[in-house]
Amino acid sequence: MQASNEETDARLPLLEIRDLHVELTAPRRRLPVLEGVRLEVRPGETVGIVGESGCGKSVLSLSLLGLLPPAMRIREGEIRYASETLPHADEESFRRIRGKEIAMIFQDPMSALNPALTIGDQATEMARLHLGLTRREAREHAAALFRKVGLPRPEALLRDYPHRLSGGMLQRVMIAIALSCGPKLLIADEPTTALDVTIQAQILDLLRKIREEEGTAILLVSHDLGVIADMCDRIAVMYAGQIVEEGTVADLFDSPKHPYTIALLNAIPTPAKKHEKLFAIPGTVPALNERGTGCRFHSRCPHADERCLLQAPPVVTVRGVHSARCWLAAEEGGLSNAVG
Amino acid sequence: MPSVEPLVQFDNLQKIYPVSGFGRKKASLRAVDGLTLSIHEGETLGLVGESGCGKSTTGQLAARLLDPTGGIIRYRGADLAQFRGKSAKAMRRKIQYVFQDPYASLNPRHAVAELLEEPLRIHRIGDKRERKRRVDEMLERIGLEASYGKRYVHELSGGQRQRIGIARALMLKPEFLILDEPVSALDVSVQSQILNLLKELQSDFGLTYLFISHDLNVVHYMSDRIAVMYLGKVVEVAGVDDIYAKPLHPYTQALVSAIPTEHRREKRERILLKGDIPSASDVPAGCSFHTRCPLAHDRCRRAEPDLLPAGSGNRSVRCHLYA
Repeated sequence: MQASNEETDARLPLLEIRDLHVELTAPRRRLPVLEGVRLEVRPGETVGIVGESGCGKSVLSLSLLGLLPPAMRIREGEIRYASETLPHADEESFRRIRGKEIAMIFQDPMSALNPALTIGDQATEMARLHLGLTRREAREHAAALFRKVGLPRPEALLRDYPHRLSGGMLQRVMIAIALSCGPKLLIADEPTTALDVTIQAQILDLLRKIREEEGTAILLVSHDLGVIADMCDRIAVMYAGQIVEEGTVADLFDSPKHPYTIALLNAIPTPAKKHEKLFAIPGTVPALNERGTGCRFHSRCPHADERCLLQAPPVVTVRGVHSARCWLAAEEGGLSNAVG
Repeated sequence: MPSVEPLVQFDNLQKIYPVSGFGRKKASLRAVDGLTLSIHEGETLGLVGESGCGKSTTGQLAARLLDPTGGIIRYRGADLAQFRGKSAKAMRRKIQYVFQDPYASLNPRHAVAELLEEPLRIHRIGDKRERKRRVDEMLERIGLEASYGKRYVHELSGGQRQRIGIARALMLKPEFLILDEPVSALDVSVQSQILNLLKELQSDFGLTYLFISHDLNVVHYMSDRIAVMYLGKVVEVAGVDDIYAKPLHPYTQALVSAIPTEHRREKRERILLKGDIPSASDVPAGCSFHTRCPLAHDRCRRAEPDLLPAGSGNRSVRCHLYA
């Protein structure tokens, strides 16, 4: 990996996901989980992935680190990190990158840390593995990182076990661990979902600080549109295994194009909607084996016609980085990208 | 609020658990600690606060799922604790509870129709045919076809399950519903369906809600008034618009400023609190919020403030700044 090169061109994407297909191998059949995901993250950029349960956002983040569960595999597509392709099945190449170049923060710090090992054991593991530090050096390194993420009495903490810490403190420990090898990209999968509002505000503030001080790019996965809007430069909306709309915060919140994005925004209770009925999306997300060939959203879409049922819509560029996977947007005169 | 008698009144309510530790000192966990609050007929009172602040305990005390260790709960003026045996059972028909996780609170071995019929059977209401009629009627009212009566909980989606949880609470035609995080386990699109349903049911049946949630946007949408809890006490009560537009208590101010919002262009100043909420078994002396309060001064460490009327309108706040 040449990624430690300080001169990485800001315009070159750090992470490129090209036409990624992930499938679930069930007995005697294969079910598509991700279908043609395409996304780029540039150095220092914060990109949000938003979607409801089962849309594939967590599978996407796991696939980037080669951490897919055994029943899932990448069928097609390419993941490139710093212009280098990561071979899907090559555990060795993922191991070199995981933790060092790309680090992950999980939703539930309580279950992501081993309760039988001290925090010190777990916080020093990556630095010893990737940076070749000795035990003592790694402990000093970890203590310095603990201080940086605002943890009190770092030396004592290293000797403590995870159950002694609150959720907010543990998430800080997780962030410190993720930062231990100075990664260029941080994947945060619902990092504040298990936390209270005031603690969530602290953790989001810490992520902002890290982004500013270290220039770390962040891929933030969340179901919470508020958190995503607050943190991100660019947002991708996922539905049933596909990115259905992508754009800047202003693109998506001021002029959403995909009916699903519009429906989501209308469904969130906000003070302005206090005395109105909230928009309810009829029906449910199609099951993995019921996605059909057309638009994945057609059965719940108020504008769907026969074409939406039969033909997969193209990804249409609306303006700049704003694109939508919808026949409606195509008719409005956007430029169609040549992808299915 | 006009000076009509409130439907429910908590008066200096306490729920304190003894904690047996290893040390010699007997500790106690003060889950609810001197809570005073009233809920008026037909309104929705939102109860907000962070994990461990005692909001669910308060809900369970109101439903008599727990017995208080001190204080009084009055329902239409009558002390709830006075009801025993038959009269307690009759009271239970009026006060019902909707749990956060319908998957955990509904028996997986009973079909939906049995789940809905059970409360009627327990209270010996109607004969078999009458009960079936009421079950079908309720299913229709909550937007499920009658055929769902034959299904089991695991065959339902999260939103459908919560509809059943709500339907079950409504079978006995209650007056007062305690909703404990009813939409926290649901996705946005399903959440909006349930919130709409709850509002409809409230106006159809004239229900009074105690709506417990940590999601401040949801609480704002649902509530007429909001009570903010911190470490077992109410720190501020006010009308929903007052709380959001002009929070008085420093804790409320921090909470409101921390709501993640998509309207980030109207950027508010974020108030970041230091540290975590202290443990309910080790409550700080003086004002229990002083350890995290950006405005704390000497007096806050020594003397505990009372919940006193403040500002215009009918609002109260527990803070020395306004005393």
